[in-house]
Amino acid sequence: MSENAVRTVSESEESNDEPTRKPEPNAEESETSQRSADSTESADPADATEPQTGASAVVNALESAGVETLFGVQGGAIMPVYDALGKSELRHVTMAHEQAAAHAADAYGIVAGTPGVCLATSGPGATNLVTGLADADMDSDPVVALTGQVPTNFVGNDAFQETDTTGVTAPVTKANYFAGETETVGDTVGEAFALASEGRPGPTLVDLPKDVTLAETDAQESTSETPEHYNPQEKPDADAVAEAARTLEAADRPLILAGGGVIKGDASPELRAFATEHDIPVATSMPAVGAFPEDHDRSVGMVGMHGTGPANMAVTHCDTLLAVGCRFDDRLTGGVDSFAPEATVVHIDIDPAEISKNVYAEVPVVGDAGTALSEIGAEMESPPDANQWREQVADWQDEYPMTYHAPEDGPVKPQFVVEAFDAVTADDTIVTTGVGQHQMWAVQFWTFTEPRTWVSSHGLGTMGYGLPAAIGARMAAEDDQQVVCFEGDGSFLMTVQELSVAVRENMDMTVAVLNNRYIGMVRQWQDAFFDGNRVASEYDWCPDFGTLAEAFGAQGFTVSHPDEVAETVAAALEYDGPSVIDFHIDPGENVYPMVKSGGANGKFALSEEQL
Amino acid sequence: MSGEDSTDEETANGQSASIPSAGMPGPAPDERPHPEGRRNAQGVRIDPDAEAEPDRRTAVVSALVEHEPGVLSQVSGLFSRRQFNIESLTVGRTTVDGHARITLVVEETDHGIEQARKQLAKLPTVIQVGELDDNAVRAELVLLKVRGDEPDKVHAITEMYEGQTLDAGPRTITVQITGDQRKIDDAIDAFRQFGIIEIARTGQTALARGDTPTTPGEEPGHSTEPTDEQYPETTETDSDDDT
Repeated sequence: MSENAVRTVSESEESNDEPTRKPEPNAEESETSQRSADSTESADPADATEPQTGASAVVNALESAGVETLFGVQGGAIMPVYDALGKSELRHVTMAHEQAAAHAADAYGIVAGTPGVCLATSGPGATNLVTGLADADMDSDPVVALTGQVPTNFVGNDAFQETDTTGVTAPVTKANYFAGETETVGDTVGEAFALASEGRPGPTLVDLPKDVTLAETDAQESTSETPEHYNPQEKPDADAVAEAARTLEAADRPLILAGGGVIKGDASPELRAFATEHDIPVATSMPAVGAFPEDHDRSVGMVGMHGTGPANMAVTHCDTLLAVGCRFDDRLTGGVDSFAPEATVVHIDIDPAEISKNVYAEVPVVGDAGTALSEIGAEMESPPDANQWREQVADWQDEYPMTYHAPEDGPVKPQFVVEAFDAVTADDTIVTTGVGQHQMWAVQFWTFTEPRTWVSSHGLGTMGYGLPAAIGARMAAEDDQQVVCFEGDGSFLMTVQELSVAVRENMDMTVAVLNNRYIGMVRQWQDAFFDGNRVASEYDWCPDFGTLAEAFGAQGFTVSHPDEVAETVAAALEYDGPSVIDFHIDPGENVYPMVKSGGANGKFALSEEQL
Repeated sequence: MSGEDSTDEETANGQSASIPSAGMPGPAPDERPHPEGRRNAQGVRIDPDAEAEPDRRTAVVSALVEHEPGVLSQVSGLFSRRQFNIESLTVGRTTVDGHARITLVVEETDHGIEQARKQLAKLPTVIQVGELDDNAVRAELVLLKVRGDEPDKVHAITEMYEGQTLDAGPRTITVQITGDQRKIDDAIDAFRQFGIIEIARTGQTALARGDTPTTPGEEPGHSTEPTDEQYPETTETDSDDDT
């Protein structure tokens, strides 16, 4: 069939009048290729200097979709795409490992709001992306992955560096494609790009066999459209809006629970307007941190396992819960039987499958977060009469302050480090983190006020996310925007090789390693639930991170006394390029408040004795 | 260095005495009020004194999908990774070129069936999903190979279930029975007396009765005109949908 035909280099020269085409050594493909049935008509003389291939169609599709930056690692099967990239204006950031390319693309997507793009070759390259894709999938982050694949006639034969990439990634992508045809490969990439951000965002993947990207084609223009039957409901049903408005008007103890969908849907302004106008307290899930200013009177902070006291008390005692773009993850709900046990749930989500998945919604509103909030707000005739409730919430805010004990003569408290950074950085500073205790201290003790400034791994909980995310965030951020990465010692070690990328690109960022010589969250759980049997959680073998940073060519610092914190933070932020501060923190410090896994949110523990 | 020791020996040095050296200030869990209400495992708000664990039921879900390679594995992968309890799954073409129908029989709670339908509808290759009511037309085909010692009796039972004998030899007889699940189960029971050697069952396939579309919004051929010519007759070309 002509659609599947593959043209070799030598054959295409015969049938093509492009004069300056450079023959390339592709013996492996030539032997196994078929000849095209139809020959290419003479190309426009102006374009005749470069052969137009499947790979150039891929790059054209990216360019016409508005892509500027990509993250990836070279390799055999993806080489044709890189060849075409090299002839384009697109900026490619070579990462040290493909997992980091996916995380960087993910963070880029969070900060920019448009899909981040990552590339990898076939086989191990593609499988190394899987963790990053799974991470993006859990957090609904827009990512497009392009993977090389062995030539189509080798597929299924266990060829060198072959993996069933679409099979492997199907459970962790929103959609994936095996691009079997050169004529349509550009359209496929365009569709993948459109799908990644349309409706509920998520990662998409296009697997690109080498013969498909090498073959010549006239089809260079591509569309960026989602499939015909993909029509997410943006505008909510009027009856649902009316019912939501009536429910909220009648509430005595209303609470807004903002989820990550508020940020994905750019609905932060609508959320702020709605909460302010109707004077309703706002709690957020972890992915929604920054959607509502945490220094606002109505903010109660984050709900869930390590959420604030007032947020967990409010969610437990509210009678009406307006959940916006939130999927009721178990880290947020605790035990579902004790979650908001008296609340009528109004749930706004663009994905109908999220409604009543984990928590039953009495009032489902399918639609875009911002549109739904505006329409419900406009439909409400009066704000809920909830003065008593607001006073109650204020009392909880007084009763359960987020604070910590910090003796002046040391050791360094991790919360103090986070506050020290927050104090001297601008509101739009982007914070990225790995996963563990340090992540929780960062989210708890930094006061987030702007959306798209909190970049972390929520659903999958991927240790090592912080540094590659900082690289992706740096590429998406404004030049004058600061990027601070909090990592733990164990988490940092998982992707520390990416420091080489930050150094090579002279990326201005500061990595704060909250080093307690444990994988601390595991140690905290071992102490609480496993009789202190600290199996495999002691990391006293960790390297000296300051020296390690110097070895990579970054600026390294070490801090072991509280007095040194402020000046070192200032020096690291001042440094133009990547810097790493190894904070030797109090190794016994734990994360509180804490809701036991599967426990009741309102019964959060404030110390180990209360678990 | 031991972390725990270092925090325990600290005193509230210059700090508010209300902040403990390990942990946070505030009333303890048992000093806080707790609401009476609760939810069940499905997140449904229930009467605290009543137990409301819903029963499982069998549902027939019909999904109209793009007829392209990989769809079946997407659907079966979705069902296995989300732990939906699947009874049977059948696939075949429809009157529309490039479309196929997947008929799934699932045994789940109402909540599980709802989730299965919604998650199925999210797959990019799935066009429409519907659940069929009890009234729907359902059928299954089974091939049964039994011992050939008593051909007359086997023939009589086959007739009784309106089946066909497909193969008869001195040692084995193979018959085909079609019908709803109950009829198939009964027939298998009836043939058991002869000694069943092998069974192949297709699983159920189903259509809604009358002019009701099997999946909502489905646009098949109209009941007022024949649709035979729309049905793709050959199998030599697989659908060429863009992927």
